[in-house]
Amino acid sequence: MSRDPVADAFREEFGRAVSILIRALGDFDLAQDAVQEAFAVAAERWPLDGVPTSPGAWIVTTARNRAIDRLRRERTLETRRAELARLAELAPDEEDDDVSTIPDERLALIFTCCHPALSVDAQVALTLRLLGGLTTPQIARAFLTGEATMAQRLVRAKHKIRAAGIPFRVPPDDALPERLEAVLAIVYLIFNAGYSDVRNELSAEAIRLGRTLTSLMPDEPEALGLVALMLLHDSRRGTRLDDEGGIVLLEDQDRSRWNGVEIEEGRALVEAALRRRRPGRYQLQAAIAACHTGEASDWPQIVLLYDGLLRLQPSPVVELNRAVAVAMHRGPEAGLAEIDLIEGLDGYLYFHAARADLLRRLGRDGEARGAYERALGLQPSDAERRFIESRLSLLSPG
Amino acid sequence: MQYLCLIYDDESLWANMPEGERNAVYNEYIGFTQSIKDSGHHLGGDALQPTSTATSVRVRNGETLVTDGPFAETKEQLGGYYLVEAKDVDEALKIAERIPSARYGTIEVRPVVVWEE
Repeated sequence: MSRDPVADAFREEFGRAVSILIRALGDFDLAQDAVQEAFAVAAERWPLDGVPTSPGAWIVTTARNRAIDRLRRERTLETRRAELARLAELAPDEEDDDVSTIPDERLALIFTCCHPALSVDAQVALTLRLLGGLTTPQIARAFLTGEATMAQRLVRAKHKIRAAGIPFRVPPDDALPERLEAVLAIVYLIFNAGYSDVRNELSAEAIRLGRTLTSLMPDEPEALGLVALMLLHDSRRGTRLDDEGGIVLLEDQDRSRWNGVEIEEGRALVEAALRRRRPGRYQLQAAIAACHTGEASDWPQIVLLYDGLLRLQPSPVVELNRAVAVAMHRGPEAGLAEIDLIEGLDGYLYFHAARADLLRRLGRDGEARGAYERALGLQPSDAERRFIESRLSLLSPG
Repeated sequence: MQYLCLIYDDESLWANMPEGERNAVYNEYIGFTQSIKDSGHHLGGDALQPTSTATSVRVRNGETLVTDGPFAETKEQLGGYYLVEAKDVDEALKIAERIPSARYGTIEVRPVVVWEE
């Protein structure tokens, strides 16, 4: 526990408390407001009264009482009897009772937030708001969206859940693999949204969500694989850019500054996942990331893993990554031969940048210049532009 | 809950389909309709005559304006509907994906407003 027990409890318990209240109330807004209020009460009382033995149970009980008060004030009390009865059953009166006696509903909440009937933007926003407890302004900032737009997106999404009858439950077995894939994709999307910016809190939030998933679905190797992948990427976070914000390639990064704790955990998780013998795209990508964590990258192994990934998920972007690995393993000529077989990436910046780099290493400066210039024409970020320009300056004048 | 499954597909596709194939799809529709009647999901449903038979009417400032044609010219047209009873959107979508036209066109699934008494 760090210096702020309320903040710690918030991160640990917000999603669980919201999910429990939604199950009892069937009302996302009321549940969210009641839990938010419970944390506001905690911020006032805990510094004076001390932190309760079970902060989670205290939050659920306090939120439940707030919700009961709110329902009692409503004139439609008659129609609320069922909710009140469920709320009354929810928690014993002792606030220090263990929260683990109440069934954890977070899995149902994750699957509802990531339901394919909602737009991807709405899925992301809902997951961060209801499970992560991020505020609307925080989510808006992270996605460079206006607060009003984000607030409206959340209101619409919650309205659609209610009006369209999106169920609050874990999908049945026949739909589970497909739906789990959608959930994992949303978590990874949140991670990547935060990855480019060192100060962005989204990556940490995505890792926390991923951990929640693995604790709730311990038999799903892809969930383990996703957490491993995120940890292994996150371990390099501080070394990907130099002090001026310029791109530092993997082979030039200061490996002593990689986060050893995250690497160790990521490697252990990917090994545990692969032992289940049900490989998937996240496990293989994590295994590839793990191959970079030794003294030097294990390129032959990386090429083999990309072969496996291509069988699972044929895509020209994966082919490109494989070709780059082939170049590292067997030389630029072999890599270039592979790259030139790829179709459909003409509008992809990294295709031209990777090609240019191999041409440069082969001393074919004129062709390299042309390829770098193609890449520059494909809306690079500032850091990407500076990187490409620095590479262009290495070429003999054309 | 009640859901309206709106069936959108390309009318010309049907018009140009060889008769044998068209009959096969019709038979599939008959089988599907019977199956959701048997399972208790079916509340109603009809096929519509093509949009070439549609007439649109609007009243503006008390004036009635009647025009030939559908509400909007689109690539896929409303060709029929089912009204179904389902416990949630997942169940409704499971029904909708079995509508034969889901393979050719698009089924839009819309919850129906049920007014409280």
